[in-house]
Amino acid sequence: MRLVAIGLAAGVFSAFFGVGGGILAVPLLILLAHMPERAASATSLLAIAITAAAGVIAFSLRGHVEVEYAALVGLPAAVGALAGTTLQQRVRTSTLTYGFAVLLTSVGVWLLVS
Amino acid sequence: MLGISLGLAAGVMAGLFGVGGGILFVPALVALGLGQLDAQGTSLLAILPTVAAGTWNQRRYGNLHVRTALVVGLASIVGVEVGARIVVALPENALRRLFAVLLFAVAAQLVWRARRATRSYPDSK
Repeated sequence: MRLVAIGLAAGVFSAFFGVGGGILAVPLLILLAHMPERAASATSLLAIAITAAAGVIAFSLRGHVEVEYAALVGLPAAVGALAGTTLQQRVRTSTLTYGFAVLLTSVGVWLLVS
Repeated sequence: MLGISLGLAAGVMAGLFGVGGGILFVPALVALGLGQLDAQGTSLLAILPTVAAGTWNQRRYGNLHVRTALVVGLASIVGVEVGARIVVALPENALRRLFAVLLFAVAAQLVWRARRATRSYPDSK
């Protein structure tokens, strides 16, 4: 039952923001399903694959999916993610994380004023 | 060219900081000229290759609980339909502001996680 509730919440969140929903699903799996952090991250990835696929169907039926744009950004990103994950093992990320938080905040401000 | 660079950069940052690609794809797609709702719908397709590669990778480490993922994933389909109905009814301006708030929340969560990690391992600073 808890897992169903986590899925429902992650699904609404994912469709609402156009994101995978891991930001919500990972902490919920840790807190409500008592999973260790790594297992929660890995498990949420497979769940997200289903969630995102359902979202693609729901939004393409409503005419809000641009396939060429998705390929343009999504395919290089898959390559970039491999590099990022490898890099994560080699560099100290704590200082970088503050920089990334500043970047996200700036992007947020840009969205607000644009 | 801009699209490929933004995608590559989004992927590297997603892998490096352990966040999903979507939070970066949506603003990248807006920067490329899509409306907020189209950017959000398109982002869901754009994350699939990264998520598939990530799942494939994790499978080897034995961290993946397949049955749990299937229950959560299948239940999420209902949530997706509910969320999609709400989101298409909202004005794009409101959506864009809400997305900005999400970015601030994720930035705050990252700082909190980084501070906690530094406190647990003070020598690694």
